[in-house]
Amino acid sequence: MEWLQQLINGISLGAIYALIALGYTMVYGIVKLINFAHGDVFMLGAFVGFYSLTVLHLGLIPSLLLSMAVTSVIGVVIERVAYRRLRNSPRVAALTTAIGVSFFIEYTMIFARSAKPEAYPDLFSGQQFELFGASFRVEALYILIIAVLLMIILQWIVHSTKIGKAMRAVSYDAEAARLMGISVDRTISWTFALGSALAGAAGVIFGLYYTRIDPLMGLIPGLKAFIAAVLGGIGSIPGAMVGGLLLGLVETLVSALGFSLMRDAVAFIILILILLFLPTGLFGKNVREKV
Amino acid sequence: MAQKNKAGTKKQGKRLNVWLILALILLYGLVQAGIMTGIIGGFYENVLMNIGIYIILTVSLHLIIGITGQFSIGHAGFLAIGAYVSAIVTMKLDGPFYLAVIAAGLAAILAGILVGLPTLRLKGDYLAIATLGFGEIVRIVLLNIPYVGGASGMRVSHMTNWTILFVAVVATVWVIYNLTTSAHGRALLAIREDEVAAESMGVHLTYYKVLAFAIGAFFAGIAGALYAHNFYQINPGNFGFLKSFEILVFVVLGGLGSLSGAVLSATFLSIVNTLLQSFPDIRMILYSLVLILVMLYRPQGLMGNKEITDLWPFTRRAREVGER
Repeated sequence: MEWLQQLINGISLGAIYALIALGYTMVYGIVKLINFAHGDVFMLGAFVGFYSLTVLHLGLIPSLLLSMAVTSVIGVVIERVAYRRLRNSPRVAALTTAIGVSFFIEYTMIFARSAKPEAYPDLFSGQQFELFGASFRVEALYILIIAVLLMIILQWIVHSTKIGKAMRAVSYDAEAARLMGISVDRTISWTFALGSALAGAAGVIFGLYYTRIDPLMGLIPGLKAFIAAVLGGIGSIPGAMVGGLLLGLVETLVSALGFSLMRDAVAFIILILILLFLPTGLFGKNVREKV
Repeated sequence: MAQKNKAGTKKQGKRLNVWLILALILLYGLVQAGIMTGIIGGFYENVLMNIGIYIILTVSLHLIIGITGQFSIGHAGFLAIGAYVSAIVTMKLDGPFYLAVIAAGLAAILAGILVGLPTLRLKGDYLAIATLGFGEIVRIVLLNIPYVGGASGMRVSHMTNWTILFVAVVATVWVIYNLTTSAHGRALLAIREDEVAAESMGVHLTYYKVLAFAIGAFFAGIAGALYAHNFYQINPGNFGFLKSFEILVFVVLGGLGSLSGAVLSATFLSIVNTLLQSFPDIRMILYSLVLILVMLYRPQGLMGNKEITDLWPFTRRAREVGER
């Protein structure tokens, strides 16, 4: 039953990627910016969760909510301070700024509390459960429940609320949305808040599942989640979910076949192949180039 | 009147060249004398080496980002390839150092073409991520090759000296300056300004992009060889995304499209690097802050696309490269 275990591992990893990828894809859909600092928001989420579990002694759910609240504020602040001015400048300038913000967060964190890693508290004292003859860690179950729940809430916000409607309108055509009386700035802030909250939640469940967190942990999962977003078609919300799950499964497969050291390289090779042969991803829209 | 001016600047340009060559020889001689007599001690010599290596790196990335407008953030990958290939030539095959430097450059060209041909069809942020991916792949592959020591890396003997460094730096700046002022350089600038317009004027996009990429990679490879033989140890960790970021900061700060800006910022920031060596966190915080502030308030970089010679009327160029 080893394959079933690997499958669950893959899905858990994929769910984390998917949660981070949602933030990338929503932000990209609305401001056409790769928010490089998103992986670091994820890292901050993991740390907020860690401190609220260990220092404030809150439970898992309150910690999760606190972490989501803090990261959403951070996301809004990043957008307001670093990205808003650059909305109409060349994309490369915005991308460079985003890389700068990412490093700023990482090294401020290292400066504030050194680079040493922390171990997440073991909330479930290593409990396992059996399914079809294979045993799983309880954390995997929590990851799945939390991730699915958050995605359902996100779907509801995007499709059934006023702000969701505004987000879709702005990402479709910001100018027209402005003419219809939608506050574009406010909508973009909301998008950053939502995406960052999801990244914060992903940080907490990442800490639960993989235990080890450190200030530079956001870089690789952040890039992987970006790859997942491209795989699913950047700008597409269901695409990010599917892309995240697929990437998680592929990586687990590569590890299971005994190439675990090449796992990160495989993800980047997937990225380059996707960009070359299917640049709009699995669910992306084809946009014609205009002069 | 206009013709007279043009002729005048041409003459001045020639005179300037003579002075420049004299100044370079003087600089070389003075420093060489300083090193031989021991006035410039080991520490300062090392600072000089760092400055030289970063000038080569920054100028080579300047060609790719500043002149051709291709946003590449995987430059450390070429540096790594150069460093490892040269180390293999000198340490494993016992080849001479100059051969190792050339082999490093050629290997990096090969990598540049291999990476450039497929990825340069991408644009803007996609290209950036793909090149970042390339840099990471190089690092991970090196980590997994036992022949070059895996994670612990390779021991390299110290062979980089002032003479070879000076020649490499002058050659890099000279080649890239001449390239950007040639017809090929105008094609590259045209690609930076507008790809569609450049293509419709008959600029072969893929050819020129790969050309810029390969030449940039060549010099980064040479810088890699000098880097490897300046420190006694190389390992894949030296060539991570952080390194690419550092080079990017140097280029952006100098000004996108300014060769002298690239040289100046590389010189200045290498010195800052050395001063902040014992505070790596503060250094990175400063770098990222500077990068953000420059992008927000002066997105064209400190020098913009001006050259240092434009600051004084008597050395101003007749026709400015990349004038917008």
